[in-house]
Amino acid sequence: MSSDGMNSGGMKWRIGYIAFNTFREAVRDRVLYNLIAFALLLSGAAILVSQVSIDIERLVVVNLGLTAVSLFGVVIAIFIGIGLVSKEIDKRTLYTVLSRPVRRWEFVVGKFLGLTGTLVVNTLFMSFGVFLALLYVAHRFERMDGWVLVALYFIVLQFLIVCALALFFSSFSTPLMSAVFTFALFVVGSLAEDLRGFARIARGATGAVATAAAYLVPNFSALNVIGQVAHGDAIPARLILYNTAYALLYSAMAISGAVLIFQRRNLK
Amino acid sequence: MAAIEILDLEKSYRVGFWRSRIKPALRPLRLTIEAGEIFGFLGPNGAGKTTTLKLLMGLVFPTSGTARILGMEIDDPRVKSQIGFLPEQPYFYDYLSARELLNYYGQLSGVPAKGRAARVEQMLGRVGLSDAAGMQLRKFSKGMLQRVGLTQAILHEPKVVFLDEPMSGLDPMGRREVRDLIQQLRSEGKTVFFSTHILSDAEALCDRVGIIHQGELRGVGSVAELTSETQGKVEIIFYAERVPAGLTSLGAEARVSGEVVNAVLPEEQQDAALEVLRRERLRLISLAPVRSSLEEYYIQKLKPAESMTAEKPKEDNRKGAVV
Ligand SMILES: Nc1ncnc2c1ncn2[C@@H]1O[C@H](COP(=O)(O)OP(=O)(O)O)[C@@H](O)[C@H]1O
Ligand SMILES: [Mg+2]
Repeated sequence: MSSDGMNSGGMKWRIGYIAFNTFREAVRDRVLYNLIAFALLLSGAAILVSQVSIDIERLVVVNLGLTAVSLFGVVIAIFIGIGLVSKEIDKRTLYTVLSRPVRRWEFVVGKFLGLTGTLVVNTLFMSFGVFLALLYVAHRFERMDGWVLVALYFIVLQFLIVCALALFFSSFSTPLMSAVFTFALFVVGSLAEDLRGFARIARGATGAVATAAAYLVPNFSALNVIGQVAHGDAIPARLILYNTAYALLYSAMAISGAVLIFQRRNLK
Repeated sequence: MAAIEILDLEKSYRVGFWRSRIKPALRPLRLTIEAGEIFGFLGPNGAGKTTTLKLLMGLVFPTSGTARILGMEIDDPRVKSQIGFLPEQPYFYDYLSARELLNYYGQLSGVPAKGRAARVEQMLGRVGLSDAAGMQLRKFSKGMLQRVGLTQAILHEPKVVFLDEPMSGLDPMGRREVRDLIQQLRSEGKTVFFSTHILSDAEALCDRVGIIHQGELRGVGSVAELTSETQGKVEIIFYAERVPAGLTSLGAEARVSGEVVNAVLPEEQQDAALEVLRRERLRLISLAPVRSSLEEYYIQKLKPAESMTAEKPKEDNRKGAVV
């Protein structure tokens, strides 16, 4: 008997190894190069804005910076997420991994954590850039800049859900369709509050469908507080707690779905 | 103890646009491989060799039947730390170096962190990849990749090793290296189950072979027995420019090539034939009984597909009887 065959301690490590390898792949595939584009965009905007006006500099930098952080990350989450497992099936790298003492769910969870880890690192770099830009236009930090951190945290929560969804869709459909589905859900989910508003006033069958849809799609709009923090508004602690629980639950469900499907799959 | 027990493992795929047609990839297969055995799984392309290995590795799920490895059901997670697997035409994370890849597989296999690096270096040396250890795998040749693949399969010192076509696509040197490695595994007492369609490799390495064709096990036999079976004939080779008349009258089938004659004749005529050579003062090169070869066995098992399925012998083959 090999010492730590399949015990739970071994499991934790295996998930970690898989996550680290996923992170390493992203780095070597030069995913972090997106930071260069981000830096160029942000510094260009900061320089431009600081020459035009004095009142809305902060507003523009926060709005533009955070929106860019979110969009760059979502694009990375979708494009890596859809290939996370399906690429390993296509290239058959999974054959040898699954012939090791690795359970299928451990593999899926490890891949997911690897990608979210990559996005967290990426977001850390970008956040640093946003604060540099803020400093450049405002020459000092204010108390309300702290809320920008909360907005960034919410953006990371969005990435969690997007990664999980990409993984879920790619467990049963083609990479292209998975990308389309995930992106569509991101767009619809960003309008979730509007959809809920509509569901409240709609009647009959339309109302029922709208209500179901409004609560089923991931509520990305609640995770988007860019507008508020740009204006310097505070974020209630309750929302932070609620959003954290919501994002964790939603992505856990999507991952569980992906695992359930993947568990039964015959690898071609 | 049996290392591998395959108990009526069966796999069919649904194919066609509506997935309505059922294509049997492996008919119920019953086969036992003893511990320490080198077993060759022979069959042409599409015979069902890879399907069998994928079933055993849990990569695809059987339509029916089960299998046990080292006494444990194949879906028992503990099995995996005791086995190694080299897939057909393996592909690995090409952004990793050979060293990183092996370290990763060592981690996944539960090789203790202490001594893991040393073990990786030792294995890299054993397959002659020490110099290329730091190079990314995307720069590796096919032969080098195959060696990396073999190494990941045996890094954690498994008891049972599964290799899917380990020699195909390799040059003669590469094939030789793989052969040597399998020989080494034999001397370490490991059980090796490998598929191939190269008969000479099987003949050189295997204790037993199984012949599979169209998803069906056609026969299982011990290589030593198969190749020691004589056919009641002897082959005499000697120096001469033409076939002596005396030999032909003994019922010899002879062939002249240059100054060497090669004659095959019934065993009981052996003394008479030697007498002819002595009389004619011809120099003998060799005399040996004619043995059957694995090739003949293979061809014989593949050919009578129709006549065999109609008759009873099929039942015997299913049970894996020695034929
Ligand atoms: N995923 C699959 N879907 C449909 N048919 C398959 C699939 N995999 C294998 N087969 C069929 O099963 C048969 C056996 O294939 P395989 O086990 O790969 O043969 P071998 O390894 O002996 O060359 C072939 O006829 C092949 O076409
Ligand atoms: Mg094959």
